[in-house]
Amino acid sequence: MVKMTDLPTKGGFSFDLCTRNQMLLDKGVQMPPFRKTGTTIVGLVFQDGVVLGADTRATEGPIVADKNCEKIHFMAPNIYCCGAGTAADTEAVTDMVSSQLQLHRYATGRESRVVTALTLLKSHLFSYQGHVSAALVLGGVDVTGPHLQTVYPHGSTDTLPFATMGSGSLAAMSVFESKYREGLTREEGIELVAEAICAGIFNDLGSGSNVDVCVITKGQTEYLRNYQLPNPRTYISSKGYSFVKGQTVFLEQLLLLVSKLVHVEAIFQLRVDEWQYRINWGLVPCLC
Amino acid sequence: MSIFEYNGSALVAMVGKNCFAIASDRRLGVQLQTVATDFQRVFKIHDRLYIGLSGLATDAQTMYQKLVFRHKLYQLREERDMKPQTFASLVSALLYEKRFGPFFCQPVIAGLGDNDEPFICTMDCLGAKELAKDFVVSGTASESLYGACESMYKPDMEPEELFETISQALLSSVDRDCLSGWGGYVLLVTPTEVQEKILKGRMD
Repeated sequence: MVKMTDLPTKGGFSFDLCTRNQMLLDKGVQMPPFRKTGTTIVGLVFQDGVVLGADTRATEGPIVADKNCEKIHFMAPNIYCCGAGTAADTEAVTDMVSSQLQLHRYATGRESRVVTALTLLKSHLFSYQGHVSAALVLGGVDVTGPHLQTVYPHGSTDTLPFATMGSGSLAAMSVFESKYREGLTREEGIELVAEAICAGIFNDLGSGSNVDVCVITKGQTEYLRNYQLPNPRTYISSKGYSFVKGQTVFLEQLLLLVSKLVHVEAIFQLRVDEWQYRINWGLVPCLC
Repeated sequence: MSIFEYNGSALVAMVGKNCFAIASDRRLGVQLQTVATDFQRVFKIHDRLYIGLSGLATDAQTMYQKLVFRHKLYQLREERDMKPQTFASLVSALLYEKRFGPFFCQPVIAGLGDNDEPFICTMDCLGAKELAKDFVVSGTASESLYGACESMYKPDMEPEELFETISQALLSSVDRDCLSGWGGYVLLVTPTEVQEKILKGRMD
């Protein structure tokens, strides 16, 4: 009789290590900081569709883990989603819903609708009662028109003409509240989104680096990765560090020549055996 | 005390011209006591793919055993080795599966993909992938490593220069971290050869 633990897992979360981790917590060990996307993410609706924007900094505690990460995730060719919160959660939840949308498109034979993505996201997040920490700005254009929605980690959603999320949301919202109006053109929309993200980048410590923009209109999506680079690295020394060969002292070296392919005829290839040498310092290698 | 500081570790991977290097320290400790000075943190998955695992040593070894198991099954089914990008997705999925009771390890994955294109990536303990084009770091010495790599890295380095750069970055960073060090281990992979070197470092 096969025990339940021997069967491969069918997907979903596995809670095997929770008892052990709880025991460690009780002994006073701190949980590690997860990589978060401190973030400023925004979206707005303009006359032809939706513009989404995000910064590109990923933090791990106070340290910048990634200076140029992608926070605008693909959901469907006509739907994109910006994510803030725990990086693993935003990536996993958007990937999962993106796959579900693809299967749904195959089953129905139709373009995906934004409300479908919205319902899939909110029901997943609600069922985990906010422990899956993903705050999302979902935007897209489908047969019913342009849509922009925000999804909170506990599963609540709002439908808005302009939205901001993340630690830099207040800085970005101040820009939107003063400059947004209905019926913006494409260029005005992109400019406003870039300005809002820059407000987040320069005023919020959890956001930084570059501006990513995604413009979705009926039938066409443009993902402008690194649309603005307002923080270039200007202090690089032109010579850089150059280390002389032999500067580092090493005790032992193992050299493996991995499979050399030898052409015998035009058609066949013979693989020569791997050779392995151990070279100790002081001895000269013998190459046959 | 954080769980990552229980054993101590330092890992770094860097990209060069059609080659990559992955380096780790060699100390295994139990909080402030050193237990071993030859601990292996960088493991081979196949000839052109290596994974370094920092953090809690027991979880690193368990993760490695699970990954080798999954890769061997993949080799049996597909009759070929896994691509680095696929492997990174596999590691990410295995880590995210344990979202609410995670493995306390942070992997650094380095491999040569199609056309000998080097690929490096790191993840936090939940599987959030960070793909970098220059270098990735992990472990208790990661803050010093970020600083050292940021200043010492140059794009498109030849293998010899890459080895020197990654060794200097590792040694200078672990010297500023009590929990890692006791020598270094550098693995340099080019399309034709694999070099493993053990570095002489401060033993304190």
